[in-house]
Amino acid sequence: MSEILSAPYVLEYTYTRSTGPVVSRFLENLRYEVLEGVKTIDGRVLCPPLEYDEEGEPTTGEFVPLRPSGTVKSWSWVPEPRKGHPFDRPFAWALVQIDGTDNAMVHAVDAGNAKLMETGMRVRLRWADEKHGTIRDIACFEPISPYLPGPVHLEYQVNPGKHYSAYLRGLQEGKLIGGKDPAAGKVYVPPRGADPITGNPTTEYVEVADVGVLTTFAIIRIPFEGQKLPPPYCFGAIVLDGADTPIYHLISGVPYDEIRMGMRVKAKWKPQDQWETSLENILYFEPTGEPDAAFDTYKEHL
Amino acid sequence: MRDVAIVSFSQLPSVKAMEAADEPELVQPVTSDAMKQVGLTQDDIGFTCSGSTDYLPGRPFSFVAAVDGLKAWPPLRESHVEMDGGFALYEAWVRLMHGDIDTALVFSFGKSSLGPVPDILNLQNDPYYVQPLGLDSISAAALQAQAMIDSGKATERDFAEVAARNRKNAMDNPNAQIKGDFSVDAMLEEPYISSPLRKSFCPPLSDSAAAIVLAAGDAARKLVKRPAWIRGFDHRTEPHALGQRDLTTSPSSKLAAEKAGLRKGRVDLAELHAPFAHQEIILREAMGLGDDINVNPSGGALAANSLMTAGLIRFGEAATRVLRGDANRALAHTTNGVCLQHNLVAILEGE
Repeated sequence: MSEILSAPYVLEYTYTRSTGPVVSRFLENLRYEVLEGVKTIDGRVLCPPLEYDEEGEPTTGEFVPLRPSGTVKSWSWVPEPRKGHPFDRPFAWALVQIDGTDNAMVHAVDAGNAKLMETGMRVRLRWADEKHGTIRDIACFEPISPYLPGPVHLEYQVNPGKHYSAYLRGLQEGKLIGGKDPAAGKVYVPPRGADPITGNPTTEYVEVADVGVLTTFAIIRIPFEGQKLPPPYCFGAIVLDGADTPIYHLISGVPYDEIRMGMRVKAKWKPQDQWETSLENILYFEPTGEPDAAFDTYKEHL
Repeated sequence: MRDVAIVSFSQLPSVKAMEAADEPELVQPVTSDAMKQVGLTQDDIGFTCSGSTDYLPGRPFSFVAAVDGLKAWPPLRESHVEMDGGFALYEAWVRLMHGDIDTALVFSFGKSSLGPVPDILNLQNDPYYVQPLGLDSISAAALQAQAMIDSGKATERDFAEVAARNRKNAMDNPNAQIKGDFSVDAMLEEPYISSPLRKSFCPPLSDSAAAIVLAAGDAARKLVKRPAWIRGFDHRTEPHALGQRDLTTSPSSKLAAEKAGLRKGRVDLAELHAPFAHQEIILREAMGLGDDINVNPSGGALAANSLMTAGLIRFGEAATRVLRGDANRALAHTTNGVCLQHNLVAILEGE
């Protein structure tokens, strides 16, 4: 037998459709961004309007103006739209019950994300920019969010004060500076205006080491608003040698399941030409490899 | 009412693409085989009726071309429905009720491999309100499946279990396309096509053809030892618009099953035409088919889905089991339209 022949083939019909008084009124109104339903004999409202209800009764011809919003009765998320779908990006099909009606309309919901879709959700109608008197004059529906945008934007000029300025200038030179009340002897990093135990000014600056003890830590695994780093990452409290209070920084350079309290860690600095008046000059703290500090040596700092 | 029975059935194995077959080439093997099984030729047939849709090959009046697969001279009494062959069987059964003829040949053919079937089936939708949106058949079924989940009637795992059971049953069916022992958990890992439908919850698309010979009264008894008598036959339809009905129920199949006489006795098996997994759950609930009923021993449309033929094949699979004596009483069902709009139910019985 000879080989089977094959060729592409397109089927098209250039038919037009007559619409009748009910459908034509509904579709023509869409051009003017007017949404209407039709009343049935038993007082229900259908949108899209039909000539006959499911009982076989002719609808009344009485049209009712509707608010362009509704409730999703069922939906289907389409991750990869087909040619011919109303969007070329992921979207949902839905049955939308327009407010004030008793049936539902098949249409698309432009939700952006499947997680925003649920049965019972509220949606508003979005009109198409160009209208042709077809059902596609409704571009789609979009979620009505229960949240009102409430952003705050205020502009300040801040300064860190005398002691914090000393600390930040120290960082610019690769030094970690603490403050001390000579009478009490405790070293606070960063330095403060006063020793909170004695109430006396911390008059003396002390340089502490960039090596210390990891006293406690947390591994962050969940994302949250405003997060700068992709999870997971470890954040720890480090009491630097010579200091009596911890600073807080990232712990890295070690598998997370090996991080432990008492671990000796050292600052990993950025290249010197990138140093600014910022703790970000230190990228993170990493293990020194020294033996762990005994609990008793740092327990008062927890 | 006249006693009418299915006396023979023939089908082509359902395959993904049957390249070397146009309409007559699909039809001729099954019609000639179905008649040959009972020693008849086209000249012995009183009425011939087919079911198909021209949009599958994209060729207007392709059903007319299919008649070339029959012996069409001298002229036939012939009819066609633009529906599944199950509905052609219904028309032939009604025609036999007239009493002037004793035999009928019913056939259907579906070549699903030629065009974009999910988009072709959008042409079933309302041309004013839905068709212009491009609602494909999988997405329409997905709206129904999500409604099942929202109503608490089924879960995605239930869908997967239906698909797994049907395709396991199909391992005994040489004509099925997708068969095997598939893992429910693996199905639940598949990506969504249109949520909540994943590939395994949807039917395959198949090329196939099928034919059935009907005979009335003593003519049937002469042709076979044990005819599969059609004890009741009923077709019911629901509103066209999806937003005009409760998609989680099937009042039309419930009523059709009642009218066909489902409750007059116990059925040994049911062949349900449920292309999407969730639709079997809807149909079982509507007809009251409990877990004790063997549903789709053939694997159903989830295992082989030649459009316009898969419904007629349900009748053939159910009748075959009665003809062989494996079952005494069986239910056969065919659906058509979007989300189970039309439902046709028959009760078949051996003597």
